[in-house]
Amino acid sequence: MKFTLSILLTALLAFALCLRFDWWMVAVAAFIVAFALPQKPGKAVLAGFLGIFLLWAALAFWIKTQGGDLIAAQVARILPLGGNQMLLILVTGFVGGLVGASAALTGSWGRKLI
Amino acid sequence: MKTIRFLGALLFTAALVYVLNTKLGKIPPMGKFLSPQHGFWQNAESPSDLNDKELHFANLKGKATVYMDDRLVPHVFAENEEDAFFIQGYLHAKYRLWQMEFQSMAAAGRLSEIIGKKALAFDREQRRLGMVYAAKNFVTESQKDPLTKMAVDQYTEGVNAYIAQLTQASLPFEYKLLDYTPEKWNSLKTALLLKYMSKDLAGYEDDFERSNARSVFTKEIYESLYEYGNDSLKPIVDGIPFAAKPGIGLTVPASADSLYFSYKKGEQNTIASVKPDKDNGSNNWAVSGTKTKSGRPILCNDPHLGLNLPSLWFEMQIRTPAYNAYGVSLPGAPAIVIGFNDSCSFGFTNAMRDVRDYYEIRFKDDSKKEYWFNNQWQTSTIIYDTVRIRGGKDFIDTIAYVKEFGPVMYDKSFMGAGKSGNNSVRSEGKYYAVRWKAHDPSNELRTFLMLDRAKNVADYDNAISNFKCPGQNMIFATRSGDIAIKQQGEFPAKWLRQGDFPMPGTDSTYMWQGNIPPAENYLMLNPQRGFVSSANQYPYDTKTYPYYLGGNYHFTRGWNINRHLTEMQGITPQDMQQLQNNNENTYAAMMGPVLLHYVNETALNADAKKYLQQFKAWNYKNDMQETGPTIFTAWKTNLKTFIWEDELSQLKNYVVPEENALLDALLRDSAWPVIDNITTKDHLETLSEAVTTSLNKSVTFLKETETAGNLAWSKFKGTMVKHLIDVNRDMALSRFNLPIGGGEHVINATKKEHGPSWKMVVHMTNETEAYGVYPGGQSGNPGSKYYDSFIDTWANGKYYTLWMMKPEQKDDKRILFHLQFSK
Repeated sequence: MKFTLSILLTALLAFALCLRFDWWMVAVAAFIVAFALPQKPGKAVLAGFLGIFLLWAALAFWIKTQGGDLIAAQVARILPLGGNQMLLILVTGFVGGLVGASAALTGSWGRKLI
Repeated sequence: MKTIRFLGALLFTAALVYVLNTKLGKIPPMGKFLSPQHGFWQNAESPSDLNDKELHFANLKGKATVYMDDRLVPHVFAENEEDAFFIQGYLHAKYRLWQMEFQSMAAAGRLSEIIGKKALAFDREQRRLGMVYAAKNFVTESQKDPLTKMAVDQYTEGVNAYIAQLTQASLPFEYKLLDYTPEKWNSLKTALLLKYMSKDLAGYEDDFERSNARSVFTKEIYESLYEYGNDSLKPIVDGIPFAAKPGIGLTVPASADSLYFSYKKGEQNTIASVKPDKDNGSNNWAVSGTKTKSGRPILCNDPHLGLNLPSLWFEMQIRTPAYNAYGVSLPGAPAIVIGFNDSCSFGFTNAMRDVRDYYEIRFKDDSKKEYWFNNQWQTSTIIYDTVRIRGGKDFIDTIAYVKEFGPVMYDKSFMGAGKSGNNSVRSEGKYYAVRWKAHDPSNELRTFLMLDRAKNVADYDNAISNFKCPGQNMIFATRSGDIAIKQQGEFPAKWLRQGDFPMPGTDSTYMWQGNIPPAENYLMLNPQRGFVSSANQYPYDTKTYPYYLGGNYHFTRGWNINRHLTEMQGITPQDMQQLQNNNENTYAAMMGPVLLHYVNETALNADAKKYLQQFKAWNYKNDMQETGPTIFTAWKTNLKTFIWEDELSQLKNYVVPEENALLDALLRDSAWPVIDNITTKDHLETLSEAVTTSLNKSVTFLKETETAGNLAWSKFKGTMVKHLIDVNRDMALSRFNLPIGGGEHVINATKKEHGPSWKMVVHMTNETEAYGVYPGGQSGNPGSKYYDSFIDTWANGKYYTLWMMKPEQKDDKRILFHLQFSK
């Protein structure tokens, strides 16, 4: 329950912060959630990862369906991912998730300090 | 321990964020770039981008509505002119900001700031050529004209109004890919863009390469390789008597024979600049009512430039109480550049004149502070020019300006950014100042502003009189029935071959002796033959025009256009479209008979015979599916190598002579001395041997091409429209292998990466009937379906009907959405 909640809160907070601020606020979001909702570090990391991964992948997928397939096709060839748009969405989620995981671990270990 | 691991994780997270926020080599900052709320995903064109919008800006005086049609062409209806220019700036920025800013940075020699030190040599060359100096002179001069000042100022405000509301998310795609942000726009950036065009169109020169040719060859060989005039020339302005006495009487320097025309004296150099494409040319023509079905003139224009995405052109209509103009504009500058209004139409081709010369400067010492001129030491102006380099230390260049000539472009520290032919070590260490017409104060923008509102020939002549550089063949037609053409520009009056080679700069004897008087830029108005035309051929008969027309010219397209226009009667706009798409290879039609006459079939191998049969069956048209053009290209390439490679390989650095010279030489004299291979002393090569051997030599290449399935012309040619940063030609942002014929020496001048950048046909009927297309799309955003939406139409040789929208058509079905502008 706490795990699912962490994922949801991470995603929500990251989304809200990124409406105003830079992209790396996703790290701040994952950190805050991991700090505020103590879990085992392993779970916190996974929640941080999934929170941002799901947010970014879902947003990317949504944009792709809303006319974003043109730009996605271009980028999927530039990066280069062989033009594979689904792979690009996964890579997008993964990069975000990586930051989320790292920040969540920091938050989780930070919590242990108090 | 707990603290340490926490700090470790914190540090790791910070480092991760830093790395993902940083561009690494060619890899964009992945976190910032991939973030769906900030990065490239935000460049997706969402359906709401095509919704009506109300936009409010304090700078606006009145109200304006922009009707965006189904090709994303804006139709600007403004209550006053000031607002129209503001809106044009806003729209250019909205759809093309990255490109216009990038090109102005390139013009200023600032690419190193964006892509790092690999651009340093290019940047230095731009700066040493005096691009910024030229642009500043333009700003100073153009601000003196109230109309131009108003237009540029309003335009700038409009661009900046768009830039001001940009966020990380809404930045154009390329800023995200290359990881930088736009600067505010200003009048200097507009001027830089215009000077970038000047460099493209009036920046070509090969003085250093040609001086090597002079130093190695005899006068006769030089003259035949780099001929002046063409035997089959049909000049642009024909049948107009020249002034009995030229306005400027030229004096050839007394020392020219020994110091300048120093043939076969041996001294060579390795200076090599980055050269604009020699084929930056164009076609334009206008036929009078006597030759058209409707009895009204038809004007056509297709400027040939590098084929790029985003396109150089942005199509639009601007309607104000003062005028109503439609056509293509240049993102980065106000006005419609090529187009029409309710009274007339106008277009341009490049004049090709050489207005960039070099003078050898004698400095007292390496500090470049004092130079010898007219028997005394003079003081130069030294500029310390800082090139900022991304990811590296600033580079400070020391550039001397000599007031009689201009910037000292080449010296010990800089020998040009181009590739130098045979020498990697380049160390002559001489000083050369560049005298370039584009440096002179001028206001070319006023020409376009005035043409947009021109009503008759007098307005046209007045509008173009300001235009100094790059010289253009300016064509004009009116609804009332007039057609006209003039090669307009401010051209130095030169003696024969002046400026082909670098000249002595220690006194004034070799300086330009004045400008050709405007009256000797002859206007051709309503000629008896019923048409005016230009296609980068010589403007006048080179044997009788009193001034030297140095430069590189093409005669084949012009020759063929004039042949067709002479024959045609009852012309319709569809006929004119067909002529623009005409694939006849005039050069092949002239050279082919020579090849067939001299080829020795008995000395051909079996494969060569097969290709010869295909060549014989060819109709000399560069149509898509033909194999003839491919065979001809291979054969011609080998023939050129056979004939002049032995001569040219003596040069440290050279430019390949024009094919026109080869044709003229072979038609004149089948025993042209250049045909002989000078390295085989005991054997005199004949034309027959040259032609036969070249075809045999082409076989390997042709067989490979055929095996790869690329013998058909369009496959062999592989026309592409390349994104501006796609230097490796491998990016998704470009379009490759377009199915299109044409090529060099063909009216449809579509080569691999170069060709008709805007094709326009305007029929001057009461309701102007106009057609046009360009190889691109209105949006510069690769995420938009309007990014490359015109390319297939263009490749198919089809046109769009250009819609000069009227106020009463505001509910027309073609309108996709509206932008309402007000305070």
